[in-house]
Amino acid sequence: MSAGFAIRRGGDRDAMFRRRRRAAVLRGMLVALCVLYLAVLLLAPLAGVVWQALRPGWRVLGDTFTRSDVVHAFTLTAVIALITVAVTTAFGVVVAWVLVRQRFRGRAFLNALVDLPFALSPVTVGLACVLLFGRGGWFHDFFAARGIQIIFALPSMVLVTIFISVPFTIREVQPVLEEIGVEEEDAARTLGASVMQTFLRVTLPNIRWGLLYGIALSAARAIGEIGAVLVVSGLIQGRTETATLYIYRAMEERQTASAYVVALTLAGVSVLILAAIEWVKRKRTREDEA
Amino acid sequence: MSELIRVENLTKRFGDFEAVRDVTFTAEAGSITALLGPSGSGKSTVLRMIAGLETPTRGRIWLGQEEQTHTSVQERRVGFVFQHYALFRHLTVWQNVMFGLAVRRMSKRERRARVEELLELVQLGPFRDRYPDQLSGGQRQRVALARALAPRPNVLLLDEPFGALDARVRQDLRRWLDNLHRELGVTSLLVTHDQDEALELANRLVVMREGRIEQVGTPNEIYNEPATPFVAGFVGSANVLHGHVIDGHMEFGEHRVPIANDLADGIDARAFVRPHDVRVRAGGSGGGSGTARATVERIVTLGWLSRVVLRLGDGQAIVAELPSDELCDVGLGDVVAVDVRRALAFRASDVGRLAEFASVES
Repeated sequence: MSAGFAIRRGGDRDAMFRRRRRAAVLRGMLVALCVLYLAVLLLAPLAGVVWQALRPGWRVLGDTFTRSDVVHAFTLTAVIALITVAVTTAFGVVVAWVLVRQRFRGRAFLNALVDLPFALSPVTVGLACVLLFGRGGWFHDFFAARGIQIIFALPSMVLVTIFISVPFTIREVQPVLEEIGVEEEDAARTLGASVMQTFLRVTLPNIRWGLLYGIALSAARAIGEIGAVLVVSGLIQGRTETATLYIYRAMEERQTASAYVVALTLAGVSVLILAAIEWVKRKRTREDEA
Repeated sequence: MSELIRVENLTKRFGDFEAVRDVTFTAEAGSITALLGPSGSGKSTVLRMIAGLETPTRGRIWLGQEEQTHTSVQERRVGFVFQHYALFRHLTVWQNVMFGLAVRRMSKRERRARVEELLELVQLGPFRDRYPDQLSGGQRQRVALARALAPRPNVLLLDEPFGALDARVRQDLRRWLDNLHRELGVTSLLVTHDQDEALELANRLVVMREGRIEQVGTPNEIYNEPATPFVAGFVGSANVLHGHVIDGHMEFGEHRVPIANDLADGIDARAFVRPHDVRVRAGGSGGGSGTARATVERIVTLGWLSRVVLRLGDGQAIVAELPSDELCDVGLGDVVAVDVRRALAFRASDVGRLAEFASVES
């Protein structure tokens, strides 16, 4: 009886080792698949961009960055990104707070509406903006009478970029707010903190990593945006041309070298933002574990 | 410095649900008053309304001489201790205790002295640089208490402060809070569902059920003279026995027990009998008119105390609790003499469903 038992256990162990080996092989294959996927879809194009940008030699870098239209394009992208991040951060926190902390009719609808920019094609967003602010649009006369140019100018470009980037902050902050609950805020109020003090001293520190993550994502989105901006900008060289639009035009005009250099720079910025996001994520999980 | 708390006809509705209804009571200055009731009885809502965290639908609130029904949370100067501590997780112990002083713009030196003093008081000086998640539950609740006390609140409101702690820590902390209160004398209102906690800590108890007050009284009054069957069943354990009232006595089976309260003859009634008011003697004979015979069905020994489940002649079960050493000559299946020293009777129609809830029969 006891011998039979031992044999059966030995058999189990062999089966277990076989199972483990199979699992390891499967795992290895999955990892290989992921690496392949990343290599083909991300690294290869990136390497291609680097190769193309630097093929004419290092001199092309200097040539590109001294061109006034390139400098202007980068400046414009930076300005749009900065304004966008500032607005989406403030607006995102407020909307997230309202959605989580307030109970009102239509909350679920508003909550669903937040995702709209994710679902809409940016070109559609641009078109909608033209319809509202362009000649014959609802708001055109109001601004035209005051001499304010919206369409084919910075305001409309900022507007569409904000629209497209706004869900990131909301969606990152919302779950964090949900999770921390109201007790700490209640405690702060009983201790004499005003609404503003409660927000600055208690709520904001608690949501900071989620907020930073949202900021990084919206910044990346704002820098990379082309579709909506293409529609509303009017493509005025040296005036409404962002970095992405510059690449678009340079390709059309067969100035491939400078197009690749600008593309490479944008890719570099994206990688930096990605690294920042990764850092924030680690910081957040480390704090959660502590 | 310490103030009384008074609420009058306090009512709170959430939509169609009436969480609190016409609650009126006074907590005397310097005392601990407990709001005792099962979960969902509205006691926490009362506390939150007093703090200003909820707005009453109707009714008035006084803290000290001033009516505070419509003042803001910040103006009320209450110390509030939450069940789940609600410590600021991104601040250290020191910064947590400092919080209420910093937002009230106390001078730096005063702040420091006050925080030192409080950390001393809650015996957490060595933990000042720790974050809340590096502390045990008991330590966290002590930080929460120090934080609430730091700005010298007029009153201290405690919402199930020991609810999230395990039994041992709860006991220690309860004793510690008792001493602390003796030292500080700050008017305190304690919300709890734990009757032991309420009886041990409070000078006065407000027993609540389904949003209403059932009874207000000293621990003694609540325990010995419960006004309603609910209070009799909720505070302390009680046997609920079916019977009739005859001539100022409660009769069940062959038992006749004098009852404290007035009930008309002949009505269907329920007797509430504390397990420690049941005497058990070996041998089924002897005793006076109140004595009955019962069979021993189960004996559970809880250290010095034993719990005996008895079956009376008329088939009803009754639980007795007595010192284990008085039980040495009683065994399972024995027929014993049972003496009920005290009983409270309520109309059967008033007791209703509650009987099941109150009964200690297991």
